[in-house]
Amino acid sequence: MFKEYDPLKFKIFQVMDDHGKIIHPKWKPALSGPEVLAAYQFMQFARTADLMTVSFQRQGRIYTYPPNLGQEAIAVAAGKVMQEEDWLVPAFREMGAWLLKGAKLHDLFLYWGGYEDGSRFSDAPHLLPSAVPIASQLPHAVGIGYALKYKKAPGVVFAFVGDGGTSQGDFHEALNFAGVWQVPVVFIIQNNQYAISVPVGKQTASKSLAVKSVAYGIPGLQVDGNDFFAVYAALDEAKKHAASGQGPVLIEAVTFRRGAHTTSDDPTLYRTAEEEKQWEEKDPIKRLRAYLVEQKLWREEDDGPLIEQYRQEVEKEFAIYENYPAYQLEDVFKYHFKDMPEDLRQQQVEYEKYLTWLEAQP
Amino acid sequence: MKVMNLVQAVNDALDIKLQEDPEVVVYGEDVGVEGGVFRVTQGLQKKYGQNRVFDSPLAESAIVGTALGMSLAGLKPVVEIQFSGFFFPAFNQIAAHVARMRNRSRGKYRAQLVIRMPYGGNIKALEHHSESMEALFVHVPGLKVVIPSTPYDAKGLLIAAIESEDPVIFMEPKQIYRAIKQEVPEEKFILPIGKARVLAEGTDLTVVAYGAMIREVQRAMIMAKKAGIAVELIDLRTIYPIDRETIAQSIKKTGRFLAVTEGPRSAGVGAELMAVANEEAFLSLEAPPTRLTGFDTVPPLPKGEHFYFHSPERIFYEIKKLREF
Repeated sequence: MFKEYDPLKFKIFQVMDDHGKIIHPKWKPALSGPEVLAAYQFMQFARTADLMTVSFQRQGRIYTYPPNLGQEAIAVAAGKVMQEEDWLVPAFREMGAWLLKGAKLHDLFLYWGGYEDGSRFSDAPHLLPSAVPIASQLPHAVGIGYALKYKKAPGVVFAFVGDGGTSQGDFHEALNFAGVWQVPVVFIIQNNQYAISVPVGKQTASKSLAVKSVAYGIPGLQVDGNDFFAVYAALDEAKKHAASGQGPVLIEAVTFRRGAHTTSDDPTLYRTAEEEKQWEEKDPIKRLRAYLVEQKLWREEDDGPLIEQYRQEVEKEFAIYENYPAYQLEDVFKYHFKDMPEDLRQQQVEYEKYLTWLEAQP
Repeated sequence: MKVMNLVQAVNDALDIKLQEDPEVVVYGEDVGVEGGVFRVTQGLQKKYGQNRVFDSPLAESAIVGTALGMSLAGLKPVVEIQFSGFFFPAFNQIAAHVARMRNRSRGKYRAQLVIRMPYGGNIKALEHHSESMEALFVHVPGLKVVIPSTPYDAKGLLIAAIESEDPVIFMEPKQIYRAIKQEVPEEKFILPIGKARVLAEGTDLTVVAYGAMIREVQRAMIMAKKAGIAVELIDLRTIYPIDRETIAQSIKKTGRFLAVTEGPRSAGVGAELMAVANEEAFLSLEAPPTRLTGFDTVPPLPKGEHFYFHSPERIFYEIKKLREF
C-alpha cells in the first residue's frame, strides 16, 4: 500500500466513492458485516454525543468545546484498529478514538466542564490526556514508542495532530526522532482544511502533508479521511508496519471540520456556505450508511431510533458530570508533586484560614 | 572514598543508577560516543550499550518531550541539555507538559525524569554559554530545581533526583566542574532534595548562595574574618522547594541576611530568598534583607564579564555594608 500510494505520486488512497460504492475492493478491510455496522453505529454515537455537547455548551452547562462533526471516520477507525496494548496520544478532536480506548463519555464532560478528574481516564490504560499546545504531544508519542521498543513490549503508539500542527517544530522534531530511532509510532494528521481560520494552503507550500514523511525517511500515505474503509485499511497497515519493527508511519487523513474550531469560533468569517455544502456531500457517516443500505445491513429509517437511544445514553453520562462533587480546595494543590512540599502546603493552609474568616463574617 | 571532581561525581551517580536500574536511560546531544562536551557521560555508552546511553538528534524540545513520553511508559530518563543557554526550545515541553502531567492526569501519570544542564558563567565563553536561568524553572509549578556546589553533593543529589518521582531540573555549575576536588564515597548514597546545608556557622550575618557562588562567598569570608565579621553560610542546594526552616533559623541567630546569586535581579531567586527572610524572620531582622545578583542585563561577552560576575571582593563589599547597616 505504501509503495502504491507513495506520497510523491500525490494520489489519495480511497476504498469507496462519495456514494458508498466500493471502488478499490482489493483494499477493502476484512471486516464482517456486523463489524462494519458496529463501526457505523459508533460513528453515530460519537456524532450524537458531539452535537449534544455543543448544545450543552450553548446552554452554559460546560465550557469551551472543540466539535468533531465531520471527522468521525478517522477517530472511530483508529479506535477500532487499536488494541489494549496500543497507546493513544490525542490532540483534542478525536472523541471516537478516546471512547473506544476506554475513556467514559462522562470523563470528557468532566474535562470540558472544568474538572481535571476528566483527564484521569481510570478505565483507559495507555490513553494520555488531551494536549492543548499544538503538536507538543508528538514527542511524547515518540518517547513512549522508544520505551515500548526498549522493553520489547507489544503495542503501537497512535498520535494525533491537525493540519496546523504540521507547521510546529515539535511535529518535525518528532518525525525526525521517530525515523532515527525507528520506533513504533503511527502519526495521524487530521487535515480538516483549517487551523482555526487559516486554510491549509497558507500553512505550507507542500503539495500534501503526507509528503513531509519523505524527508524523514518514513512511509507516508494520504488517505480520504471521510472514507471509513480507507482510513481503517491505512491505519491497520500502518500498525502492522510499526508493530513489526519497521518504524513509524505518517498518515494524512483528508477531511473537513464541519463545525467550528471551538464553541468560541465563528467559521462564517473565513469559509463559505458553498464549501461547507460540498463537504457535507462527502460526509463520512452518509457514505458508510449508503454502503450499509446497499448491502442491506441497515435501513435509513433505523437511524432515528438508534440516535434516540444514544441521546438517552449521553444524557445519563452528562448527569454523572452534573452531579459530580464540588471541586475541593485540596484538589488544586495535591497532585503537583508526589509529596506536597511544605511551602505549597502552607499556601493551602493560608487559604483555608481566609475561608474560615470569610465564613465567620456576618 | 575516592577523590573526584564534579564531572566525575555526576558520572559516578549516573553509572550507579544505570547499573542498578534497567529503566534508567541517558541521552542528549553528544552524550554517547563522545561522552558529552564536558565528558560528564564519558565511558557510559561503552559500559551500558547504545540502547541506554545514546546521542539524540540535535533538538532540545524533542529531547525533553521524548523523555516525558519514556517516563509515561515506565522508563526513567536522564537527559542532558548541552548548555543551559539552549534549553529555551525545550521550555514549552518543560513548562507545558513535564511539570504538569501529574496534576493534569490527577496522579495517574508521573514524570520521573531528570533534565541535566551545565549553567553559569565567568568562564570566557561564547554568547548563550553563561546564563543562570534557574528562576525561570522555579516559577514553573511542578518542578524541583537542584543545584549542587560540590562533587559530594552532586553525587548524592543526582541519585536522589533520578529516584524522585517528580521531575527534577539538575543544574551543574560548569565554572567549578573541574575546579573542586574532594573525597566522595564510592558506594551509593542519597542527599535529600529540599534540604539546605549550613556550611559555616557565624553570628553576624547569614549568606545564602548555591552552585559556583559558594566558592566565591567562601573566599569573601576570608576577608570578612579578617575584618572581624562572622558569616554564617548556607548552601541552598535545592532552589525549589526552598528550605525555609534552615534559612529562618539562621536569621533568627544573626539578624542580617544576604542572598548571593548569579542570575538577573528582577523576580530572581534573590528576591524569593529576601521574601523568605521577611516572612519567616521579620522580627529578628536588624537590617533589610539584601541581595547581590547579576544585573538585569545579558551576561557580557568575555571582555566585559568581570563586571557582571561576582568577585570575592564584591561579595565582601556587600557583607561589610550589611554588617555596618
